[in-house]
Amino acid sequence: MAREYKPRIVTANDLIEGDVVYFTAGREWSRNHGDAVVAYSQDAADKLLAAAETQQHRVVGPYLAETVMGDDHRPGPVHFREAFRTRGPSNYFHGKQAEA
Amino acid sequence: MYRYNDFDEAFVRNRVADFREQVERRIDGSLTEDEFKPLRLMNGLYLQLHAYMLRVAIPYGTLNSRQMRQLALIAERFDKGYGHFTTRQNIQFNWPRLKDVPEILDLLADVEMHAIQTSGNCIRNVTADHFAGAAADEIEDPRPTAELLRQWSTDHPEFQFLPRKFKIAITGAPNDRAVTKAHDIGLRMVRNAEGEPGYEVIVGGGLGRTPMIGKTARDFLPKADLLPYLEAILQVYNLSGRRDNKYKARIKILVHETGLDEIRDRIEAAFARQKRDFAGVPAELVSAIEEAFAPPAFDNTQSLAFEQAQAADPVFRSFVETNVAEHKNPAYGIVSVSLKPVGGTPGDATAAQMRMLADLAERHGHDELRVSHEQNIILPHVRKADIPAVYQGLREAGLATANIGLVSDIIACPGMDYCALATARSIPVAQEISRRFDELKLEREIGPLKIKISGCINACGHHHVGHIGILGLDKAGRENYQITLGGDGTETATIGERTGPGFDAGDLLPAIETIIETYLKLRDDASETFLQAYRRLGADPFKQAIYGDGGEARAA
Repeated sequence: MAREYKPRIVTANDLIEGDVVYFTAGREWSRNHGDAVVAYSQDAADKLLAAAETQQHRVVGPYLAETVMGDDHRPGPVHFREAFRTRGPSNYFHGKQAEA
Repeated sequence: MYRYNDFDEAFVRNRVADFREQVERRIDGSLTEDEFKPLRLMNGLYLQLHAYMLRVAIPYGTLNSRQMRQLALIAERFDKGYGHFTTRQNIQFNWPRLKDVPEILDLLADVEMHAIQTSGNCIRNVTADHFAGAAADEIEDPRPTAELLRQWSTDHPEFQFLPRKFKIAITGAPNDRAVTKAHDIGLRMVRNAEGEPGYEVIVGGGLGRTPMIGKTARDFLPKADLLPYLEAILQVYNLSGRRDNKYKARIKILVHETGLDEIRDRIEAAFARQKRDFAGVPAELVSAIEEAFAPPAFDNTQSLAFEQAQAADPVFRSFVETNVAEHKNPAYGIVSVSLKPVGGTPGDATAAQMRMLADLAERHGHDELRVSHEQNIILPHVRKADIPAVYQGLREAGLATANIGLVSDIIACPGMDYCALATARSIPVAQEISRRFDELKLEREIGPLKIKISGCINACGHHHVGHIGILGLDKAGRENYQITLGGDGTETATIGERTGPGFDAGDLLPAIETIIETYLKLRDDASETFLQAYRRLGADPFKQAIYGDGGEARAA
């Protein structure tokens, strides 16, 4: 039986800064997970990733990550790794958490 | 200290110039990431979770004050004001921007440093005993050999595309502080019955997914035969090492699957060929390297300052107890500077701390500093009479933590706070353990204890050889930690045994505390260390204590 599809977003790292970025509906890259466009089917996810992969001059290593809608009706992380990527390291107040 | 010659200087400068162009071509779109990635890795540039990371080589962990100050400058200008010293005696910068990296490499080249071969399937930075040239128990300083190996292995055309990365460690002392038995090749300087210097050559050690203690390929290799013999080992590995599966590609797997006798025969056959064609290392090169590592001009004036300071200040006395080791010159001591303050990040130093270390080395330490694989900084040559002044400087910089070799002197890899490969965090675990044992005020009572933490199976935190090892994993979307006990990274190297099922983050600290309480309860007396007690008692009482009678309820 095919595994049940779960909503996904595309994320990568910015080419110059290395910062975590998310692919948006306008085919742009945002620093904010909440701005990511969500793919609700495998087909949509494949297409989204393919579109992101054409932007190798702006980002490194785009991939699909599972997402879930938050209370603010914006997509947020599911796995703890993706949650850390929205914040930065836990030993210093550096990275995204310090820039927000 | 070894100084670059014209060849070294030109080689490093050319590499920086090449990389500058490569970065420009990546940014202007002429290079894809697939094309660029191997080029950046050859220059030590990784992409991690939140940013790029530049890994800078510190050959055999030795540096001078000028180099340390340059690292401080880079930390300030291109990082967030700190650097992370690693278990491979290197330093990592966690926040460089791609376009700044060529400038950083230029700054490094200005002080004879680089990031070459700190990544990729090549021979990596050769590591050495951090007490080299100073230790009272040393047969010979291993660094001239380490430097010879650095020159031999850098850009060696035959060994740039090995099946996997390749790590060599060397010690010149019988007490192994360089974990030689957990390296692809471990070298121990020994003398034969005639008193001639040579090496015991150990192959096939390593940690990671399949931990193995290295096996002795040669009990005694004459010094002059070192390069042809190592070339023979590398050739056998290069030809026969597995390239079909990256998890089975290290030489330890080849040695294990082929058997030591067969591997030894193949190495000896290759060695016979190599030796025939080997004209020897030019004598002037060898003597130039040896001169570069000649002992400093020791000042043997004694004074009572050291003894008086200890008598007057119990805090200084306890610093000396843990952080000062015996030097081969009785007028001197080896000062270990802990980068493990209570609740801190193991191995991190701020730019201001690096500058203080540089100042102290310049003023009181014959301008020498070392990075230890235990992520501390060593001032190898401090006159005893100057140790109180060094201690004062360390205190001012927040570097006087008196915990070397104790429960809070923890090795931890960057884990999922930085590393893209990590499966769980390791730094917060180290922070939590050090805070807890500080609260309990039990550290001195517990005595020598090495806790080592890795955030994934690759074992950069050496957890397999920790007296208590902790491995962080992703268990169905939760951070979960396995515990191993009884590991040992010294000359009596042992891989630790897993206690059983892992613990979720919130249950880990109580389990560690229980293990240590059990030791305190069951040890013969205070002179029996944790490791000795574990070897005498076996794993059972500890398992019983953390899991209960057959119940493994707390663990998942």
